[in-house]
Amino acid sequence: MATASNTHDDHGHGHHDHTPGFVARWFFSTNHKDIGILYIIFALLAAFVGVGLSLLMRIELQSPGMQIFADGQAWNVAVTAHGVVMVFYVIMPALIGGFGNYFVPIMIGAPDMAFPRLNNISFWLLVPALMLAVGSLFVGGAGTGWTLYPPLSNSTYQSGMGLDMALFSLHLAGASSILGAANFITTIFNMRAPGMTLHKMPLFVWGMLVTAFLLLLSVPVLGGAITMLITDRNFGTAFFDPAGGGDPVLFQHLFWFFGHPEVYIMILPGFGIISHVLSTFSRKPIFGYLGMAYAMVAIGVVGFVVWAHHMFTSGISVDTRAYFMAATMIIAVPTGIKIFSWIATIWGGSITFKTPMLFALGFIFLFTMGGVTGVKLANASIDVVLHNTYYVVAHFHYVLSLGAVFSIYAGFYYWIGKMSGKQYPERWGQIHFWMTFIGVNLTFFPMHFLGAQGMPRRYPDYPDAFAGWNLVASLGAYVSVASFLVFIYVCFRTLMGSEKAAGNPWGEGATTLEWQVSSPPPFHTFDELPRIR
Amino acid sequence: MPQSRPQDPGLARRNRRVALGAAVVVGGMLGLSFAAVPLYTLFCAVTGYGGTPMIGGPGAPGAAADARMITVRFSANTNPGLPWRFQPGQPSMQVRPGEEALAFYTAASQSSGPSTGISTYNVTPEIAGPFFHKVHCFCFDEQTLAAGQQAEMPISFWVDPKIAENPETRDIRTITLNYTFFRTLADAERAGALAKAGPHVGRASDATPAGGTPGSSPRSVP
Repeated sequence: MATASNTHDDHGHGHHDHTPGFVARWFFSTNHKDIGILYIIFALLAAFVGVGLSLLMRIELQSPGMQIFADGQAWNVAVTAHGVVMVFYVIMPALIGGFGNYFVPIMIGAPDMAFPRLNNISFWLLVPALMLAVGSLFVGGAGTGWTLYPPLSNSTYQSGMGLDMALFSLHLAGASSILGAANFITTIFNMRAPGMTLHKMPLFVWGMLVTAFLLLLSVPVLGGAITMLITDRNFGTAFFDPAGGGDPVLFQHLFWFFGHPEVYIMILPGFGIISHVLSTFSRKPIFGYLGMAYAMVAIGVVGFVVWAHHMFTSGISVDTRAYFMAATMIIAVPTGIKIFSWIATIWGGSITFKTPMLFALGFIFLFTMGGVTGVKLANASIDVVLHNTYYVVAHFHYVLSLGAVFSIYAGFYYWIGKMSGKQYPERWGQIHFWMTFIGVNLTFFPMHFLGAQGMPRRYPDYPDAFAGWNLVASLGAYVSVASFLVFIYVCFRTLMGSEKAAGNPWGEGATTLEWQVSSPPPFHTFDELPRIR
Repeated sequence: MPQSRPQDPGLARRNRRVALGAAVVVGGMLGLSFAAVPLYTLFCAVTGYGGTPMIGGPGAPGAAADARMITVRFSANTNPGLPWRFQPGQPSMQVRPGEEALAFYTAASQSSGPSTGISTYNVTPEIAGPFFHKVHCFCFDEQTLAAGQQAEMPISFWVDPKIAENPETRDIRTITLNYTFFRTLADAERAGALAKAGPHVGRASDATPAGGTPGSSPRSVP
């Protein structure tokens, strides 16, 4: 009990569940669990925007011709906003800010995050960031795609203030992420309970640790790149303008030096969640724990040296392409270690198919599929054909829209009882899973065909030849949106319901520390710091 | 409000130390992202990456006796923002590696006032960059043309005979030299042709922005 076991006695109240009033608790919160819940609510609200935009886009693409969008710029604005909102305001807040804040301190037996006030700032920076991102839609928007490449993003082609607002929105979100990452690293390194060595840490904590390092190293580069973009647009510099000696390809390098680690930032915490869920519902410890942990470290390290595989058609030399192609394919090795270890974990297990388990199994299937198309796209030669087609759209939606989002759903169903004290309705959870699974596959699988046939992304219209599969994809999107509404209903039923969740509703398979406290955990989780053997 | 802040001063100190380390990493990465701008240019200039010709190197060593002739082709592009007709004076020429050669481009201003341009350049195939030496070039400086003026723009260069020894470049028979002329930012600003990010930023310009803001009216999503 060396570190902080006496913390709460100093306040002179023995009752450990002393909570502050509503405003103090939710607006000035320094409690990691409350901030985690705020993050999850934030992600859910932002998801309405992101899902709404994707619904508009699928309505537009349901048949050839222009349906509801005024022109290509309006379309590009919707594409950009969908990407930015989903990446920075749905997936990252849910996985990192939400589940990360709530469960990392509990899982390592810490009383709270290392810097609780910093944690509060991290969350509240996101609120104006989302307001800027959504606000930009109403002043012309940012029609660049989330990649923001110049010259499309320079002042000639995006002259309105919409793009500037989107860039400042990214700045705020980046500052939030950096502060959060520093907080996680400090917490995980310094605040582990006695006996909780790095090699005994739960895999979700490992995932968060690697994620935090990726954020710390990559987000400042995005900050630098978009700062240069802002000054290029507004103050006459020429970082990316050849007329003043700049180079637009430099932006691509800087962006993807951030952007590629960013995709691992979005999936590594999900890897951790999936490991916990599979282990719990198979009633077996995770197979190859150390291999799983260091596979995530390897993915994080190699993830920093593969960025130019996004730029195979940007005019880089054949030797450079060969290197980036080989390095990219190497990532399939640690990823394969994880996939096979997950399969070995459930192999011979005593499996119960509760909703979190269904989402975890769905994750393995979909993430593997997205991974396979990723290996295919990693080939510099094939990528010349598939670059900027719907094949790429299918690929990254299989790993993110289906991979990261399925891990969020798995985590939600796994932990909602712990967080709210109320258990979700199992039947509705299962309905939600099957609707989502069918809906997203119906949406994104046909995009492989469209892409292989050469349909380019970021256009609101297409030749009649692509009409069939686009109709299927749009129908799938409507099922997916309906499944999101089912999810909202599940949230409503859970919170309004009366079924109390036990401290550990999952039985002997659930071994991590959060299952050894009540549901919901007391305001100060541990009266005494746990000792890990 | 109850604080769950650790009371142990040792822990607080260790926490600050880790956070400080994180801040240093963030500052370092931010610095590197800006350092990338000069480093990126420097890397190409030193390695000839992306077909960047060598500049400021030694003079031409003189023609190698047994060197095979190489065809140098000349290509010219002009950014629409610059009202010039810019063309090579000759489509191609035969040069002997090691021997300095002289070529010309011609530029004719179609502007009603003086205009200033600067060009970017490289050679194709890109792996020929380290073997292509420029001695003098109009592209090293800004070029200003008066209204309607036509000018001959010279370039002297030599091809390194080592191009025949390197296994990756010994098959190269033709090198294409390319230029793209842009209007300089200062000139564009003077002429009121500098694109600005809309009326909400920057100095208000009296002149109509000629070079930019096509379709600039803000559009909203339906």
